[in-house]
Amino acid sequence: MIDREQVLHVAKLARLRLSEEEVERMSEELSTILEHVERINELDLEGVEPTSHVIDVENVLRPDEPRPCLPREVALANAPDATDEGFRVPSPGG
Amino acid sequence: MTDFEPVIGLEIHVQLKTRTKMFCGCELSFGAPPNTHTCPVCLGHPGTLPVTNAEAVHFGLMIAMALDCTVAPRSIFHRKNYFYPDLPKGYQISQYDIPLGREGRLGDVRIHRVHLEEDAAKLVHAGSSGRMHTAEASVVDFNRGGTPLVEIVSEPDIRTAHQAGDWLRLLRATLKRIGVSDVNMEEGSLRCDANISIRPAGDSNFGVKTELKNMNSFRFIERGIEAEVARQESILRDGGQVVQETLHFDPSTGAITSLRSKEEAHDYRYFPEPDLVPIAPTEAMLERAREALPELPAARAERFERDLGLTAGTAKLLAFRGELGDFFEDALGADGQVEPATLANWVTVELVPRLGDADPQESKVEPRALARLVELVSAKTISQSAGKTVLDVLAAEGGDPERIVQERSLAMAGGDELEGIVERALEANPKAVEELKGGKAKAIGAIVGFAMRETKGRADGGEVNRIVREKLGL
Repeated sequence: MIDREQVLHVAKLARLRLSEEEVERMSEELSTILEHVERINELDLEGVEPTSHVIDVENVLRPDEPRPCLPREVALANAPDATDEGFRVPSPGG
Repeated sequence: MTDFEPVIGLEIHVQLKTRTKMFCGCELSFGAPPNTHTCPVCLGHPGTLPVTNAEAVHFGLMIAMALDCTVAPRSIFHRKNYFYPDLPKGYQISQYDIPLGREGRLGDVRIHRVHLEEDAAKLVHAGSSGRMHTAEASVVDFNRGGTPLVEIVSEPDIRTAHQAGDWLRLLRATLKRIGVSDVNMEEGSLRCDANISIRPAGDSNFGVKTELKNMNSFRFIERGIEAEVARQESILRDGGQVVQETLHFDPSTGAITSLRSKEEAHDYRYFPEPDLVPIAPTEAMLERAREALPELPAARAERFERDLGLTAGTAKLLAFRGELGDFFEDALGADGQVEPATLANWVTVELVPRLGDADPQESKVEPRALARLVELVSAKTISQSAGKTVLDVLAAEGGDPERIVQERSLAMAGGDELEGIVERALEANPKAVEELKGGKAKAIGAIVGFAMRETKGRADGGEVNRIVREKLGL
């Protein structure tokens, strides 16, 4: 069971602001999801390698060759706030 | 009173000297205008996919091997989740439970792990662009975001600040030698954090550790560690307890301050990066990395000491500054007659101060010329001080030492010339001659000094001494 404190903790890490009602609902939904995942533990997985990727491929590497970059004005075009040179953000300390 | 023993481990981040970023084709840049080296991948746009840079993996393997690590047959990337404006995706692609290499060793310190990751962007704080509306805003420059990094974590095997500095110098020399990074601490291509705790001497348990962040010079690292060890000692002596936290050392004041006390800072919720497949180094990849490794500084210093008879200090100096070691070996190879230890002293004591930090290979002094010069001095064709004059000329103009000796008449005075000079010295110092004859041995100094001045240092003091005594029948 995921309790209220755990929901608030995860919400804080994910920078989500939840209403009281949402906290309630999330607590139930997350519990259901975890219970479902718990059921996998009932399977006998002896000798099965942990899956880190769904496709069985290794070493997909790219040669170290430069590709064109975005013009700065294009890179900045979608920023909610920008100077001529960069993305303006609230000061992390402030 | 209890004696305390510091327990120190280092965590080093090295920016790799690849052409492009870790997971996209943006060219690396230092000092380029902000946000001119970005693309949808390193800006973290939705729907983009990272692809691992083969050269970064190659460099990572070289580092793991140079540090004597076991290379993982199959390692994977994880997402390290946290929010910060320098991290556009909300996570850093890093490695977690299966790093590229582990259980290595460099010198007297064991290596815990070596892993690949991407660098964060750079936050430029208010004021620097001159266009800031308020002091509460920062500007993000994503040029650095996505630069390939290797993180090296040592075991807590270090016991003093001095040992930490020494070991870091060896690590830096090693990384520089294998050519995977610029390892420039001021520019941030080599960054070091230290984990520090103390415990009663002889105790085998660890105390509570603190993390001292991002010290950007060897001196600051040593001073920072010393200050933190002292701080922890005074807390324990007063009956208090050290709190686990991240700290910042201010080198200008020597003060240590808490950097952040984000209560949930270390809850990174790592999970396997679904957009990247595992790295399983093939035999060909391993072979290529192995073959790319030159002789490493620690082995080179040992060889200089063992095979060439250099002192430990000189051997280390030459081996840890690879370009000096190369120059020394080139000079040694160019002239088989020269005595290695004498040549090494000329390189470290005379040449280095004349070059400063410059690469000797790019100086006007040819390795062969230095070897020849040292030979001229050893054969007493010229005096030690004339040798230094020749080196001044070589450093400023280059050229051939023998020609310089000839052009500037620097050859050691000898034969009839020296005999004549000694005659004059005796005539000019009648009082000293009398005293010397009377048994006052020290009086010879005035006569020899006169002769040395006459020759402008081109005479061998011992030889002048001998002639004086011969002429006076002593």
